[in-house]
Amino acid sequence: MIGPSSSHTAGAARIGLLARRILGERPVEAELTLYGSFAKTYKGHGTDRALIAGLLGYEADDARLRDAFSHARQEGLEFSFIQSEEEPVHPNTVRIAMRGVSGRSKEVLGVSIGGGRIEIREIDGFPVELNGEEHTLITLHRDQPGVIARTTAILSATEINISTMRVFRSAKHANAVMLISTDVPVADDILESIEAVPAIESVLALEPL
Amino acid sequence: MYEYKSLAELLSLAKDNGLRLHDIALRREAEVSEQSEEALLQKMEARLDVFRESIEAGLSDGAPSRSGLTGGDALRLARKKASLLGPIARKAQLYALATSEANAKMFRIVACPTAGACGIVPGVLAALMEEKNISRSEATQALFTAAAIGDVIARNASIAGAVGGCQAECGTAAAMAAALATELSGGTDEESLEAMSLALKNTLGLTCDPVAGLVEVPCVKRNAALAVLAVGAAEMALAGIKSFIPPDEVIAAMAAIGRAMPVTLKETSEGGLAKTPTAQATAKRLRQEMNQA
Repeated sequence: MIGPSSSHTAGAARIGLLARRILGERPVEAELTLYGSFAKTYKGHGTDRALIAGLLGYEADDARLRDAFSHARQEGLEFSFIQSEEEPVHPNTVRIAMRGVSGRSKEVLGVSIGGGRIEIREIDGFPVELNGEEHTLITLHRDQPGVIARTTAILSATEINISTMRVFRSAKHANAVMLISTDVPVADDILESIEAVPAIESVLALEPL
Repeated sequence: MYEYKSLAELLSLAKDNGLRLHDIALRREAEVSEQSEEALLQKMEARLDVFRESIEAGLSDGAPSRSGLTGGDALRLARKKASLLGPIARKAQLYALATSEANAKMFRIVACPTAGACGIVPGVLAALMEEKNISRSEATQALFTAAAIGDVIARNASIAGAVGGCQAECGTAAAMAAALATELSGGTDEESLEAMSLALKNTLGLTCDPVAGLVEVPCVKRNAALAVLAVGAAEMALAGIKSFIPPDEVIAAMAAIGRAMPVTLKETSEGGLAKTPTAQATAKRLRQEMNQA
């Protein structure tokens, strides 16, 4: 990794990278709100440069991290930082609101929990738990009976083992999110069959960071 | 299955199978990550090159860090012939200092186990490789022993300063380095674990109170100091000295001390060295500079 801090630099870079993958395309605009220790010490730790490096798709050991701001200018990513005084969920917290090259927007809340390990705790306001360490499918769907069963049936038919699974919903019969971690990557054709399940709006497949 | 949750379990797995600690650590990692042992060995061996790169970066760059709090001391130490330390302790100290300075200046390092504690293991390892003619494959193996110790500590206590103070970061690194130094000096697995206990015991209670919240003061020089402590712990273990408290109990004690430690001394920069007049004046100056930039 690039120094100086596994939580404030490497963790920040990994949050940025996972945020980019959740957006699913190249971001062109990002507003980053820093909380707690991130807000107080971000310049000295290079947290700001690390977050931008991640959004540019760089890994935490990429030497370009040091000059991430100039790379961002070259690659057409506009960004701004806000230091929040608000009491955060965790001392090392950042909220990233992004807009991608196709105009798609996403907002994620990430925390850096130490040693470079991270968690995404919110996607577009949904409470989630995502650590970037496993192959994970994220569905956006309507909360109705049968969606979960159909999805897991597709996976079991192809002998894909689910390691953990969580379902979140905003309200009964409203928008819901499924997080399914698998031992192996899920092939594109399987993703397509999951996307074809009625009530599923979209599926995103994330690789481990 | 090569699963272990404690160092006692790791040691008995090694004994039962007629293997060394590093063999068990490698086999477990292969099982967990579903990668071949060969691929994992290659990955670990590549760390040796990053270690060297960090040391060189620290030794060749005399500039201060972005905050101006650290930088230039590795060069200062390198220019002065050792007055007191023997060659291994001397190089361990110098290389640990160089690596930690490189970290503060955003060069590439290996977090082992964290960035704040990144100098100790490579410092001790590079010193041994040069002074004892250790091969790359022996060094790579010993890193698996060190990794297993770091992993057991992470799972049973913590390696995060915000959770356990600096004993969890630099203390763990010193424990890893002491075990690695023992193994590379021909010690037995039991002796490696004694060295790990001796190192960790003597860092218990160590607070994480960095000036202005930066991984610089006291972190950089602490890496240099604890690299020497690790070498000393290995020396004692190699002489057959045992820790009165067994390894897993030392780790449990570290976890308990971390829980009992006030939050002001766990990476919040609200106590200890970070609250001294000098530290507060420095933090104020840096805040002003940051807002102007």
